[in-house]
Amino acid sequence: MLGGLQTIVARDLRLSMRRRGDVLNHLVFFVIVVTLFPLGVGAEPNLLRAMAPGIVWVAALLAAMLSLQRMFASDYADGSLEQMLISAHPLGVIVVGKFIAHWLVSGLPVTLLAPLVGVQFDLSQQALAVLTVSLLVGTPVLSLIGGVGAALTLGVRGGGVLLALLVLPLFVPVLIFGAGGVSEAQAGMSAAPHLSLLGAFLAMSCVVAPWATCAALRIAYD
Amino acid sequence: MMEVRDLACERGDVRLFSGLEFSLGEGGLLLVQGPNGSGKTSLLRLVAGLSRPAAGTVRWRGEEIAGLREAYARELLFVGHANAVKDEFSADENLAISLELCGRRATAAARAGALDRIGLATRASLPARYLSQGQKRRVALARLCLAADFPLWILDEPFAALDGGALATVVALVDAHLERGGAVILTSHQEVSIAARTRFSIALEG
Repeated sequence: MLGGLQTIVARDLRLSMRRRGDVLNHLVFFVIVVTLFPLGVGAEPNLLRAMAPGIVWVAALLAAMLSLQRMFASDYADGSLEQMLISAHPLGVIVVGKFIAHWLVSGLPVTLLAPLVGVQFDLSQQALAVLTVSLLVGTPVLSLIGGVGAALTLGVRGGGVLLALLVLPLFVPVLIFGAGGVSEAQAGMSAAPHLSLLGAFLAMSCVVAPWATCAALRIAYD
Repeated sequence: MMEVRDLACERGDVRLFSGLEFSLGEGGLLLVQGPNGSGKTSLLRLVAGLSRPAAGTVRWRGEEIAGLREAYARELLFVGHANAVKDEFSADENLAISLELCGRRATAAARAGALDRIGLATRASLPARYLSQGQKRRVALARLCLAADFPLWILDEPFAALDGGALATVVALVDAHLERGGAVILTSHQEVSIAARTRFSIALEG
């Protein structure tokens, strides 16, 4: 079973390395969106500090949306997904492998970049740390919930827009508690309650998302 | 090995076929024939377990395939209409990954031998995006050279886009598999001569 997981993660990571442009695109998108706000709003430190958590988190959501569509689409188009459905490995293992690989090339780089782009907003060291932790816990949720949406919209015309309409509302709790935790830290309070709730969302989506994605993929092929 | 009883298939509101029955034993070849849109691919997808029938059952060694899932998939080699070849990977990488998905591992030498047999020896390390349609089909079919231990092969139009030489190779591979006691289900619009112990065909109506 672990062999199947390793196979899929290694395959998808190698595929991402061959399509480096796709991976870089959404990272550059994330950096540009975050950078546009200080430029547009002006250099008012208090305003920027107050807006920073929301801006970074919204940019992370949008960047995740860009990469979600590709999660299953190319495998669906060339028939690889068909082979995965009748693979010797359980579909659940394959789907979890795809989630891990997706997070490693989308969520993790965004998390690592966040402290750097956060500096533009004059965030304190503590706030930057909470921002990074909140993204570390929150971005896997985006990959998991987004994966369900990506599987549900497979083969649908205008799937990209539908995916956004389907998935963005589900991202709202992640956004609230992710950005909320950073605001708490800025106000000198403990971010622990927000981060715990974020962790609870992660645990819940770890249980539900792979199962729902498998079901959606089977429906897409039925 | 395979028992199909009273199988029916619907696409949308159209009933493609119903009451289909056959059983396939060791060394048996099932040739599915019919005009475009008659349900050949749908039938192959049903018996491969990719979609569920509107009615009827598909049994593998006495058990329904819907319940067997991976246990059935481990014994099945399915080459679909789509090649499942990644443009970014070389022929060799594509072959290695498709085998791993089937739960098998092959040494580099075994893969090189397979690609050589199917006529891709000089293109083994080239990204598949530079390959022609026929060559991509060959990459998908290279698995057959290393698939002696899969009891059942399901091949959807395996000869499409192949030239004469490759076609002869694939026919020889299918022959050898039937000789070993494997079973093969395939669709083809081309007339091919395959020697099989038990051979029968199903003609679907348009």
